[in-house]
Amino acid sequence: MSEVFDVLIDQPFFTGMTDEQLRAVSETARLVTFEEGAVMFVEGGPARRSYLILDGDVALSLRTQEHGAKTIQTLHRGDFVGWSWMYPPYRWSFDANVRSEVSAVQFDGPLLKKLSLADPELGYELLRRFTEVIVTRMQALRIQLLDVYSTFR
Amino acid sequence: MKESLVIEREGVDALISALADRGYEVVGPTVRGQTIMYDTITSTDDLPVGLRDRQEAGTYRLEERGDGALFGYVVGPQSFRKFTTPPGTVFWKGIRTDDGFETVALEEPPRYAFFGARPCEVAALKVQDTVYGSVGDPVYAGRRNQSFTVAVNCTEPAPTCFCDSLDTGPGVSDGYDLALTEVLDGDTHYFLAEAGSDEGSDVLASLTSRDALDEELVSAHRMVVRAAENMGRFLETDGLKEVLLGNLENPYWDEIAKRCLSCTNCTLVCPTCFCSSIEDHLSLDGTETERARTWDSCFTLDFSYVNGGPVRPSPGPRYRQWLTHKLASWQDQFGEIGCVGCGRCITWCPVGIDITKEAAEIRERDVRRVVVGTPSVKEAAE
Amino acid sequence: MSTQLSVKADAHVMSPVPCRILSVEQELQDTYTLEVEPPGDEWSFLPGQYTMLYAFGIGEVPISISGDPEDSTKIVQTIRAVGAVTDALVGLRPGDYVGVRGPFGTAWDTQAAEGRDVLIVAGGVGLAPLRPVVFDVLNHRERYENVTLMYGARSPGDLLFASQIREWRGRFDLEVLITVDQADDSWRGPVGVVTSLVGRSSFDGDTAVAFVCGPEVMMRFTIQALERGGLTDDRLYVSMERNMKCGVGLCGHCQLGKFFLCKEGPVMTCAQMAGSCWIREV
Repeated sequence: MSEVFDVLIDQPFFTGMTDEQLRAVSETARLVTFEEGAVMFVEGGPARRSYLILDGDVALSLRTQEHGAKTIQTLHRGDFVGWSWMYPPYRWSFDANVRSEVSAVQFDGPLLKKLSLADPELGYELLRRFTEVIVTRMQALRIQLLDVYSTFR
Repeated sequence: MKESLVIEREGVDALISALADRGYEVVGPTVRGQTIMYDTITSTDDLPVGLRDRQEAGTYRLEERGDGALFGYVVGPQSFRKFTTPPGTVFWKGIRTDDGFETVALEEPPRYAFFGARPCEVAALKVQDTVYGSVGDPVYAGRRNQSFTVAVNCTEPAPTCFCDSLDTGPGVSDGYDLALTEVLDGDTHYFLAEAGSDEGSDVLASLTSRDALDEELVSAHRMVVRAAENMGRFLETDGLKEVLLGNLENPYWDEIAKRCLSCTNCTLVCPTCFCSSIEDHLSLDGTETERARTWDSCFTLDFSYVNGGPVRPSPGPRYRQWLTHKLASWQDQFGEIGCVGCGRCITWCPVGIDITKEAAEIRERDVRRVVVGTPSVKEAAE
Repeated sequence: MSTQLSVKADAHVMSPVPCRILSVEQELQDTYTLEVEPPGDEWSFLPGQYTMLYAFGIGEVPISISGDPEDSTKIVQTIRAVGAVTDALVGLRPGDYVGVRGPFGTAWDTQAAEGRDVLIVAGGVGLAPLRPVVFDVLNHRERYENVTLMYGARSPGDLLFASQIREWRGRFDLEVLITVDQADDSWRGPVGVVTSLVGRSSFDGDTAVAFVCGPEVMMRFTIQALERGGLTDDRLYVSMERNMKCGVGLCGHCQLGKFFLCKEGPVMTCAQMAGSCWIREV
């Protein structure tokens, strides 16, 4: 566990949290690796985990009828992957595949929830950080939606 | 002290002939339909003799004055830019050759004598000299450099006039070859004439005239001063640029937009507007081409078209563009206000939008203003 | 004062000069690069400038110069075919003639970037007016610290100058980050908006200089991301686009606030743009 703590304390995502809070979070987490081509999770699968990418690339994609698998976003070092564990139906809403070997911190969703209920202050700190990432990502996705590079004739 | 001479109506006729003899095409005010336009004139009979223009926001009517005044009106919908940058002027001609194409020389432009130019017109020509001079436009320069200007001082401003606010009238001080002031009092009818250039002096010397009496000079001068006191409208120019540029997001622009039709009349009648577009004409066999310049207006949707849509699709921002350019950004671009206070845009706006009133309204609703105890809109937002 | 006027006149200000087309290459479905013989030995340009290209009898449009400023043997222009004039221009063949006026406009201020990290951020066809600055910086590489090219396009098939980019990726003194808005599974590179690349490069936010070009909304958000990274508006350069018809400040169309973009742009600093230029529909 102290191994995870040493990793988390260096991560910009957790800057500002107390050592005690970080220690509690580390108890729910462990270091994992995925080899290139591995499936992190699939759409519809049960969502219990969250990942903080330490190194490597992950591609999020959706299977479409007419166009096959469409990559909607790639995530890289420092990015968080997956929040579907936070709300019902607790199922992944897209596929996540490993593009290049990934090392990550894997968090146990239900354990994090239990921790947050017991220590609301910690829960708030986590939620605040998660929502900031979600908002930034949503804004970026909106621009992607705009299809700004296309021509108008 | 400029020499002032007195001429009679016959003298004015002689003046028009003298200019024509010198090779000028004399263009001046004349009645066309029910308005006073600028066109070729050959004698004082072509002038709107005994006519007055009743102008107000969105209104223009000609009526009989009951006298023989030659210049008893102010300005109509046209300005002399009709002649300096005529719409449709070909500015480049080319023919195909084995090495691509070649430039074909253009015809010499006509030499114009601008007859009956009001002080606001003279000021407008100077404003355009700065604009086109900064670019080096041969179309404008070719017509302007060989022009002759006969200015006419104003003694009866229209209710829409506000040249006094911009120091462009009602009397002209420079930028002319000859300046006339008409004095009509019962049976007395004469014209004070002043030369403003060497050529103006030459032309004046060729006319029958006499020296002006002191009381004639004083009386004419007084008429012009009285005209300044009787201006129909006023534009506060103090801090105008800062007020307008500090209020670009003022919701009032959208209020104006509710009335503005984007009809472009104001830009067409304005003597200083210079926006233009280009038309390409190709001969049927594809060997000869002409590029012609047309008048354009920032009020059209097309004007700001780029990459799939106009930058200013809404009417409020388009009105804002016109007003802030004319009264504010022009100052940064050319060192002076682009408006000369002629009032045409007020008269010819079909819904009577008044540039002086709208500028005052923005000033009145200045979002930057802090009333003691209450935050300004900007501060509140921060 | 007399009216013996002499308003300045430049007889050639609106006269196109015929120049021979050397080659026409198709880059993307609607984007082509023309190489044109310059009108004289003295012709040169600065990165960021454009010319007014004239298709005889049809019309004239502003086109970015996308070549190497040190190569004076040809004018390289990348054109997107979006209307009658650009359709005509891309339909020309080697040996045909095109009318050229210019170069016009302001340049990317590479001198201001000397001794600093340089970030070149392009979106879509925005890479065309930025390619000359990449050439320029690489031609004098020792003058700059870390140099990063960030490029985003719609999809892998829309990456402009793809082979050039691959060449640049092979260099050790240039960081190249590419992303696309959408892709299918065959694309193994990053997918996401170009602003996401800013967080993936390390640069000294206190001193770095950025040159940004692309659709206006992309530039707005890229600037926000760069500002979060520490850049101030005097070190952020953008290339603004407005309707241009004359290139010399005569026709009035290109005005952005008080600026005639044809002369005082298209390259501007965010400091110049501050306040009024980003306002809705200015």
